[in-house]
Amino acid sequence: MAKYHVTTSVNGEPTEFLCSGEQTLLDVLRDELELTGTKEGCATGDCGACSVTVDGTLVCACLMLGTEAEGREIGTIEGMADGDTLHPLQRQFLEDAALQCGICTPGFLVAAKALLEENPDPTETEARYWLAGNLCRCTGYDKIIRAVMTTAAELRGE
Amino acid sequence: MSSLRFEAPETVEDAVRLLADADGEAMPLAGGTDLLVQLRTDFVRPGLIVDLKRIPALMDVTVNGDDIRVGAAVSGATLGKNKAVTSAWPGVVEALELIGSTQIQGRASLGGNLCNGSPAADSVPALIAAGAVCEVAGPNGARSVPVEDVITGPGQLCLGPGEIVVSFVMPKPPPRSGDAYLRFIPRTEMDIAVVGAGVALTLDEAGVCTHARLGLGAVAPTPLLVEDGAKALIGTKVDDDALANLAAAASAACNPIDDKRGTIAYRVKVAGVLARRAALIALERARSNG
Repeated sequence: MAKYHVTTSVNGEPTEFLCSGEQTLLDVLRDELELTGTKEGCATGDCGACSVTVDGTLVCACLMLGTEAEGREIGTIEGMADGDTLHPLQRQFLEDAALQCGICTPGFLVAAKALLEENPDPTETEARYWLAGNLCRCTGYDKIIRAVMTTAAELRGE
Repeated sequence: MSSLRFEAPETVEDAVRLLADADGEAMPLAGGTDLLVQLRTDFVRPGLIVDLKRIPALMDVTVNGDDIRVGAAVSGATLGKNKAVTSAWPGVVEALELIGSTQIQGRASLGGNLCNGSPAADSVPALIAAGAVCEVAGPNGARSVPVEDVITGPGQLCLGPGEIVVSFVMPKPPPRSGDAYLRFIPRTEMDIAVVGAGVALTLDEAGVCTHARLGLGAVAPTPLLVEDGAKALIGTKVDDDALANLAAAASAACNPIDDKRGTIAYRVKVAGVLARRAALIALERARSNG
């Protein structure tokens, strides 16, 4: 079977991989690059567990082919912490117990980080709409939204 | 194991040639938010996918004289930040932005939404109302196709082998113009339209409607241009009587299915209600665009 050679950047690191035409970016991240922080939930773009950024734009990795990553900059959950120092969102999610089983958490964190980069001062409604493509079956969302709003305030220096 | 060939050409000519010359089924890829799901569920089994997002003409938004040209693969996230388009045709942008989540908006496009061929595609009634025309490229050259003529049945397009929609051309609206799109879904966000209605209209200095278009979605096998809806508004001050006639024209144009999301009677009724409400928003925008 033909394989495609793709040159890209993942979390700022120049990265190359081989993939088939059928493999999604999610398949590549998990199976070829062993970056398993990005989760597979529905694999049809409904749940947001595979949220990543491509050239800074939030997308579902399950709805993009691996071959499409050529020359793009991919951002995943593995690039969120700075070494051993957690991103403020990660710290606040722990602080507020904004997770239970945890499978949706990487997607929520990547999506919430993208929100705060685009809109550092979201209303609660804006945060809820932005995160409407991330499904969580444990928390009921309240603690997640609270953690995002608290982090947003912290990052604004309030 | 199958082997899917992938190409990402950088010109329209190369994309057309790849699609036209392919053995077996070849499919163009814009944002992929429908296509990747269809691939995964084996609903489609192409031998070749041609990614159109490396082609500048499909990724640009340009304003030339009286025309606004939006590349067919421009994402909702990108179009929503474009001031020229959001101020000229806010209803079109709002319709595209209604599709899916933030993640979907990072990829979903007007061209993909149209060429998926769904009768319920949100952006299509708004594009029809705006009078948008597709610039189509193909092996026999370029042609222009009004948006309302592209979808010929559920999942069916008027495009021939190797033909792709390159861009949408919309007129720059004259003063005192406005448009709007509304859809009904049984929840707040992220659902398929039970009914969608797009209205565009222009007023003269006395507030009399001189131009109007009504597009409807999810109420027939294809999205509809409802000419009787325009007739109900043109020559009026878009008063209660005119709006009642618009609603009646919208309901009369419906040929919907019964399904779990809405009965025939419900869709017919709601089409009139939404057309009227969308017209009121378009009217408000037209009055503030003097």
